[in-house]
Amino acid sequence: MKWRSLLIGGLLSATFLLAAALSFFWTPHDVETLNIAGRLKPPTLSNWLGTDHFGRDILSMIMVGARTSIAVALVAVGIGMGLGVPLGLAAAAQSGGVLDEVISRGNDLVFAFPSLVIAILITAVFGAGAVNAIIAIGIFNIPVFARLTRGAALSLWTRDFILAARVAGKGRARISLEHILPNVANLLIVQGTIQFSLGILAEAGLSYVGLGAQPPVPSWGRMLADAQTMVALAPHVALMPGLAIVLMVLGLNLLGDGFRDWLDPRLRVVRT
Amino acid sequence: MLRYALKKVVSLAISLIIASVVIFGVVEVAPGDPASYMLGINAQPDTVAALRAELGLDQSRWQRYLAWVCGMVTGDFGISYTYRASVGGMIGDRLWISLPLALYALTLSTIIAFPAGLYAASRRGKPGDVVVMGATQLGVAVPNFWFAMMLVLIFAITLRWFGAGGFPGWEKGLFAGMKALTLPAVALALPQAAILTRVMRSSLLDILGEDFMRTARAKGLSQRQAIWRHGLRNALIPVLTIVGLQFSFLLAGGIIIEQVFFLPGLGRLVFQAITQRDLIVVESVVMLLVFAVIFVNFLVDLAYAAVDPRLRSRA
Repeated sequence: MKWRSLLIGGLLSATFLLAAALSFFWTPHDVETLNIAGRLKPPTLSNWLGTDHFGRDILSMIMVGARTSIAVALVAVGIGMGLGVPLGLAAAAQSGGVLDEVISRGNDLVFAFPSLVIAILITAVFGAGAVNAIIAIGIFNIPVFARLTRGAALSLWTRDFILAARVAGKGRARISLEHILPNVANLLIVQGTIQFSLGILAEAGLSYVGLGAQPPVPSWGRMLADAQTMVALAPHVALMPGLAIVLMVLGLNLLGDGFRDWLDPRLRVVRT
Repeated sequence: MLRYALKKVVSLAISLIIASVVIFGVVEVAPGDPASYMLGINAQPDTVAALRAELGLDQSRWQRYLAWVCGMVTGDFGISYTYRASVGGMIGDRLWISLPLALYALTLSTIIAFPAGLYAASRRGKPGDVVVMGATQLGVAVPNFWFAMMLVLIFAITLRWFGAGGFPGWEKGLFAGMKALTLPAVALALPQAAILTRVMRSSLLDILGEDFMRTARAKGLSQRQAIWRHGLRNALIPVLTIVGLQFSFLLAGGIIIEQVFFLPGLGRLVFQAITQRDLIVVESVVMLLVFAVIFVNFLVDLAYAAVDPRLRSRA
């Protein structure tokens, strides 16, 4: 029972990752073949999740759409970690200095912005598309990781083993990389999982309003946008991609919780 | 308190200035000239030049930035490129839908989350807590626009309790207006309520472990009395921040929900403006939303200091 979150979350996430990977080689049906005669079919044995308004197989579309969602969210988390973690480490290493002040104020500022509105602005100005969606989501991941890293690193800098490293003559940059970073890695993994799931939701929202990945690339958000006018006729067309989003996000959130309990035994007691 | 408030006002001003520069800058580097876009590809160069002059596009960047900011401060948001109408007026009309929607959703989210969080915290570890926490786990995973579609499917199409979308206008009466906003507000509120419930619960649980709560129990209060008299007020601080953040999220999140329900709010305005490359409208609406968010956070900071005197000295 102790590993319930980790197990369920891991299974759900792994299912979607595998389905996305599998879609590169094989899908139950071809997602580019239109079959108007077989449109809006409810789930059957040959089309497990039914077909959409062009007669395309929804299961196949969800598998291919998972690629888009995962790629966008993953790269956005990568941007956030890649820039946020070094900023946070630098701020903590120079705690109280000018650099720390600039980075912390910058974080506060980005946090104060409504991310969705800015994402809409960015995609509106530079054009809709997966790359701009990644940038828009990624920017707001930077302060999340910078803050987390700085906070955790600050408390580490007061510890004796860091003092020992300084006495041994190591510089601040080297200590940050060799001693601070490995000790905040657990936190980063947990937060990374959470940001990954938020990225999936953000990507779905952006592509739902037409600002994410453009046709013909399938994406869960656009499947829902297309389904909207047909929700009365064929509810399954709207139901299935939505359930895919919910299960994927739920899986990642549970995985994040599971990681946290696993990596930080102190928290396990609190959560009973 | 005054010093604290002044400090916060200064940081509010700095945030707003940076925000306006960023938004102006992003729109400034946007490809395409609004004047030639408005007139089409066959326009004569001198007509385009005349229109550019009329729109003030021939001035330097600095002049235009200052004119934009000064205009907004005095309530003049400029003229829409496409509709040739005052942007301020267009925003004003739409705000009467987006703002009530956000407030409605915030009220719902708070009404659901406070009792749910309180209940879960008091039943910690018991089946009631597990059920509530499971529900919140699901709540944060549901995209609100999809939830909105499911609400339409159930309550508008199948049960026919509500209309599937559109807005009758406030002149049709408060009830009709509120009714049209109910499904959108529920769709916006439930995922937010899930987050708020979790915050409320964990905040209360943190407080329950504090020494002063043990003292309260020791002087003879029951657990319930101790929570009501001493716990709640202290637990509300983190909850208040989230409520503040949620207001801005609801105002911005409303943009997408408005698309689902065909509500003529700020969201519709922005998306129309985006497709028509009416960037002055996009710019002004985005600035307004950013202003609302930053200003609400500022109010939350002040409210904090009013609730918790310790924060005043720390700042």
